[in-house]
Amino acid sequence: MSVNNTRMVSFDGTTPKARRLNARQTQAIAKATIWAAAVLVILILFAIIFYILSKGIPELDWEFVSEIPSDMGRSGGILSPIIGTLAVTAVAIVIAAPLGVGTAFYLTEYTYEGGITRIIRFGAESLAGIPSIVYGLFGFIFFVIYLKLGWSIVSGGLTLAVMILPTIIRTSEEAIRTVPQIYREVSLSLGGTRWQTITRAVVPSALPGIATGVILGIGRCVAETAAVILTAGSALRIPTSIFAPTRTMAVHFYILAREGISMERAYGTAALLIILILLINIVANILVNRFVARGR
Amino acid sequence: MLAVSVLLVTGSTLAGCSGETSWKTEVLTSMSVKINTVLPNNRLVHHNTKLRTERVSLYYGTFRALKDISLDIPEHAITAIIGPSGCGKSSFLRLFNRMNDLITRARVEGCVELDGVHIYEKSTDVVELRKRVGMVFQKPNPFPMSVFDNVSFGPRQHGRKSRGELGDIVEKSLKLAALWDEVKEKLDQSALALSGGQQQRLCIARVLAVEPEVILMDEPCSALDPVATLKIEDLMTNLAANYTIVIVTHNMQQAARVSDMAACFLMDPDRSGVLVEYGPTSQIFTNPKDKRTEDYITGRFG
Ligand SMILES: Nc1ncnc2c1ncn2[C@@H]1O[C@H](COP(=O)(O)OP(=O)(O)O)[C@@H](O)[C@H]1O
Ligand SMILES: [Mg+2]
Repeated sequence: MSVNNTRMVSFDGTTPKARRLNARQTQAIAKATIWAAAVLVILILFAIIFYILSKGIPELDWEFVSEIPSDMGRSGGILSPIIGTLAVTAVAIVIAAPLGVGTAFYLTEYTYEGGITRIIRFGAESLAGIPSIVYGLFGFIFFVIYLKLGWSIVSGGLTLAVMILPTIIRTSEEAIRTVPQIYREVSLSLGGTRWQTITRAVVPSALPGIATGVILGIGRCVAETAAVILTAGSALRIPTSIFAPTRTMAVHFYILAREGISMERAYGTAALLIILILLINIVANILVNRFVARGR
Repeated sequence: MLAVSVLLVTGSTLAGCSGETSWKTEVLTSMSVKINTVLPNNRLVHHNTKLRTERVSLYYGTFRALKDISLDIPEHAITAIIGPSGCGKSSFLRLFNRMNDLITRARVEGCVELDGVHIYEKSTDVVELRKRVGMVFQKPNPFPMSVFDNVSFGPRQHGRKSRGELGDIVEKSLKLAALWDEVKEKLDQSALALSGGQQQRLCIARVLAVEPEVILMDEPCSALDPVATLKIEDLMTNLAANYTIVIVTHNMQQAARVSDMAACFLMDPDRSGVLVEYGPTSQIFTNPKDKRTEDYITGRFG
């Protein structure tokens, strides 16, 4: 609205001044637009969740979560996909979280901006934009075939770890950067080492942001199909080791729906997937809050 | 009252900068001595020198922020650094705990000594140095933690201590910082809930908990109201008996009220900070030798 209105004439010949909104009207319209956008997004989100839960929850019972699928998933439960999901995700997080958070700390606290940081950051950003099927293909060729890990929980976990690494690096980096510089200065000025400064002054403030990144990563692992189906397989047995093939809930859901095996069971799986993600979020939030509250 | 005996100590045995024989004097009184004599080259007589700079220049990249500063800072006294904004007061203060190390492009030339030992040596243990030289920053900046955790932050970094030991340190430090009575009921509450003045005294307690010898203060009252400011000034005056305090201040009255010694910095035409005059506060304020000091103090520029 920084138009010089003495010189500008609009198409219909009236001076813009006459049609120009005053600041308060602009403010009101902007506010209404933002509100409408927010409400729309929330409505869509809730509509989807409500639709899936309303179709899926009736499927949920004890048998559904405690039995392995039988008849390709038409009957029985989804115990093995639940275990598969948890196992693959756990492997991915155990590898990607320390690596990603460590990289983020290295980039922010241990190096000065320069060639190496730029290359790492460029690499991470490029990796973030690659479709997951490409990760699946890479995982299949590298982990499954070349490293001879076969279709297995490790192959799936490693592939997902590579996939979520950029997300964790970027969110952690942002979280670390928003910690006020003065905290570092104070900690160092009190005779803290660089490491103590990071663990005691920076981490507590950055933790909620870092946790958000890790949770995003978990969410992506739990929801991933393409990359997992190519690397962890789609076996319905309960896996007995991390070198055994498995099927995750998302893959199970995909196969059930795609091959028209059972839409009801597919919705049940989807509902449980949503509930699982909500649970992970809630638990992570509680853990973070407890950690932060310890100091406050 | 002033039983001053002069001891002659020859040679700097540790790695000082000059290497030549230096005069050191010792003051045998129980109280802080408010009289210092300064030689024309800013060297002290009649008092132990705690901190000393010798032709120190500080560069930020190619910009020379401080030019050839030579200054002796007496032990167990308050030394004020005054001067207009941007003349390098903060930069000068941060020389003594090597906080300028955090700035990639900063470079120090010349000599900075603590107790006669050059502190920009390769062998200098910066962590150890910072335990001996604490710093209070301009804005009160407690960590988003409890009062207890704030004060015990330093000691916790310096080795495992039991909660009981930490409790003793916290109590002692808060008492020294004249804050104990106000916060003893809320040690477990967030430090961020305290008032600005209380937060700043908490930051002082946090420094005291590390048991430093020197406390650097960079405009510690500039964010505080007059009442809180006076409390901090009282506190500083009390601490001066046992600590060497260097305070940067914009406030001429404050410098006059609290300091024993005053150093006036100004900017050269090339924007480098230079030391214009140094001496006992009373002399700087009542009888400045340099015309520029007088102009600055009386508010004619800066
Ligand atoms: N980190 C830095 N990088 C580059 N220049 C700086 C930096 N910090 C301070 N300076 C410059 O050094 C000069 C002195 O700054 P400072 O020590 O903060 O002065 P004062 O505390 O007296 O206001 C100023 O010109 C300032 O712009
Ligand atoms: Mg300053």
